[in-house]
Amino acid sequence: MIWEVFRRERQGQPFQHAGSVTAPDRTFAEIYAREQYGRRQESVALWLVPRDAVQEVDEFPDEFDLKYRRVDGYSIKARLKEARERAGTLES
Amino acid sequence: MSAQERSRADLLLELADDELILGWRNSEWTGIAPFLEEDVAFSSIAQNEIGHARALYELAAADLGTTADELAFDRGPDAYRCARLVELAFVPDWASTVARHFLYETADAVRIEALKASADDAAAGVAAKIDREEVYHRIHAEMWIDRLGSEPQVRAALDRLWPYALGVVDDALRPELARRVEEKLGWTNHDVEPIERGEHLPELTALWEEMTVVRRSAPAGTQW
Repeated sequence: MIWEVFRRERQGQPFQHAGSVTAPDRTFAEIYAREQYGRRQESVALWLVPRDAVQEVDEFPDEFDLKYRRVDGYSIKARLKEARERAGTLES
Repeated sequence: MSAQERSRADLLLELADDELILGWRNSEWTGIAPFLEEDVAFSSIAQNEIGHARALYELAAADLGTTADELAFDRGPDAYRCARLVELAFVPDWASTVARHFLYETADAVRIEALKASADDAAAGVAAKIDREEVYHRIHAEMWIDRLGSEPQVRAALDRLWPYALGVVDDALRPELARRVEEKLGWTNHDVEPIERGEHLPELTALWEEMTVVRRSAPAGTQW
């Protein structure tokens, strides 16, 4: 079976997907992940997740192009300039 | 010979030679192990063993007024003190490799524990460092035995290699080795003669030729 491996590079950092290992059970997976993603001190911790346990979500319909849901839907530059003029903090 | 009758350097060389030769033998699986993950793991274990050999050679070299490299590569095959268990060439026989791996790691654990508890602080310190890596070798060996230990090929190999495994440790440690092997397998053969260190197998010469070919091709002290 396939195990997805996530690794944490340093304390406090998020776990990131590192790759996967094929292993018949949890013990084999742990040893193989340790050897492939940890033996050069490149990780401080690993997560092993059976691939079957991963629920993939990969559809994100946006049929009506709802730009206003995104921060880049607004052009903030002109508004910011106006606001600064009103406040008297415009740099020039 | 018991541990008391050999010099410290000789004892360290037994350990170091075992680790170097087994590391070499295990590395023969690199690229052709049963599957990719195992290839990486087994190669890594082989590299660890050679790292342990280096640390032990350095300790012995200080006693003998030489260097780790000279001890590892400049002696003739007859001067090596390794046990015959590590000399056996197994590729492409994975069943025997797994059997030796388990028996060797178990024997190594017993003698490394004894060394850790010894009054020799420098050797005990190196033993403690080695043991922290050997933990993972043992987990790896035992998981293979859990999977394959009752398969006829592995079982036959364990039975065949058991007298060799007894030869890895001193007389005094053999009952403990037998206890641990029996605990894991549920059986051991009590009616065998240990194959003691001393004489080498012809396979060791072939390994030595290959292992030292680069060293012998260039004058000592060549910088790479």
